[in-house]
Amino acid sequence: MKGILGKKVGMTQVIKADGEVVPVTIVEAGPCYVTQIRTLEQDGYRAVQLGYGAAKPKHLTKGQVGHLRKAGVADLRYLGEMRMREDEAYEVGQKILVDIFSPGEFVDIEGRSKGRGFAGVMKRHGFAGGPHTHGQSDRTRAPGSIGACATPGKVWKGKKMPGQMGNKQVTIQNLEVVLVDPDRNLLAVRGSVPGPNGSLVVVKAARKQRVLKGGN
Amino acid sequence: MNLVESLERQMAKPNSEIPDLRPGDTVRVYVRIVEGTRERVQPFQGIIVRLREGGVKQNFTVRRIASHGIGVERTFLVHSPRIEKIEILRRAKVRRARLYYLRSRTGKAARLKEQYKQPAAATA
Repeated sequence: MKGILGKKVGMTQVIKADGEVVPVTIVEAGPCYVTQIRTLEQDGYRAVQLGYGAAKPKHLTKGQVGHLRKAGVADLRYLGEMRMREDEAYEVGQKILVDIFSPGEFVDIEGRSKGRGFAGVMKRHGFAGGPHTHGQSDRTRAPGSIGACATPGKVWKGKKMPGQMGNKQVTIQNLEVVLVDPDRNLLAVRGSVPGPNGSLVVVKAARKQRVLKGGN
Repeated sequence: MNLVESLERQMAKPNSEIPDLRPGDTVRVYVRIVEGTRERVQPFQGIIVRLREGGVKQNFTVRRIASHGIGVERTFLVHSPRIEKIEILRRAKVRRARLYYLRSRTGKAARLKEQYKQPAAATA
């Protein structure tokens, strides 16, 4: 499966030739280098390991430096794996650029969402909160009842409660590639991408085929 | 300048195609409208009450008084290919960037003083 590592740059808009305005996220994708091939015989699965982003050797462990030297590539900050189909072939040291994608294709983008910390139920699950008036003093952002009485006599598993929100891996599926700029390694994708600007993202060919509304 | 801004600038129309717009200008905007398979150009004339900068995102809002004294405001993207042409008919002397106060005024009170002496930059 084709994929590439990159960095979220930010959002803007693109005006198409027919005047349609498309909200896009700019991703600096690649250049990536193949650092290792996982094989069925040795590792039990097929995958390519890709590296992205310049790093100073002093910021890498000696193990990482040795691994990259063995692959014969520059010092790279991030490593990630992509599953590989049987008919795909890569070799160690191979350079992967944005031109593997072209406008009109659909991609899935994976990233780490912005962390919101320990969030209450209103922010985390969109609860309505309690009343502000009628004698209520400390119920404004409260979750309300979390269950019934003796039956079932417990709080259901999976009940929406306060807790950690964000800072977890999120994949957005079927984002349309709007622009590809191979000179600057840029990719523009319709819609938003998880994470803050400057964060690492993984761009892969879409897993599920997109069904267009009212499709033929 | 960051990468996003430089891209936005790159995607914008060349400056020569865009007249120098200012709040208070009375303009006629020729908009391309697609009706089914036919395409025609419709003018929209009024006063610019707002101008927002920013590469491809640059846009402006035109206010006009339609029939029965109903105010209509329409926002246009300067760099949209749907905009055929923009004509500046009159330039007014205004003292603020956003002319929202015109919304609460009608008739004679909603007039703007014309600016006769054009600043050097505007004559280009």
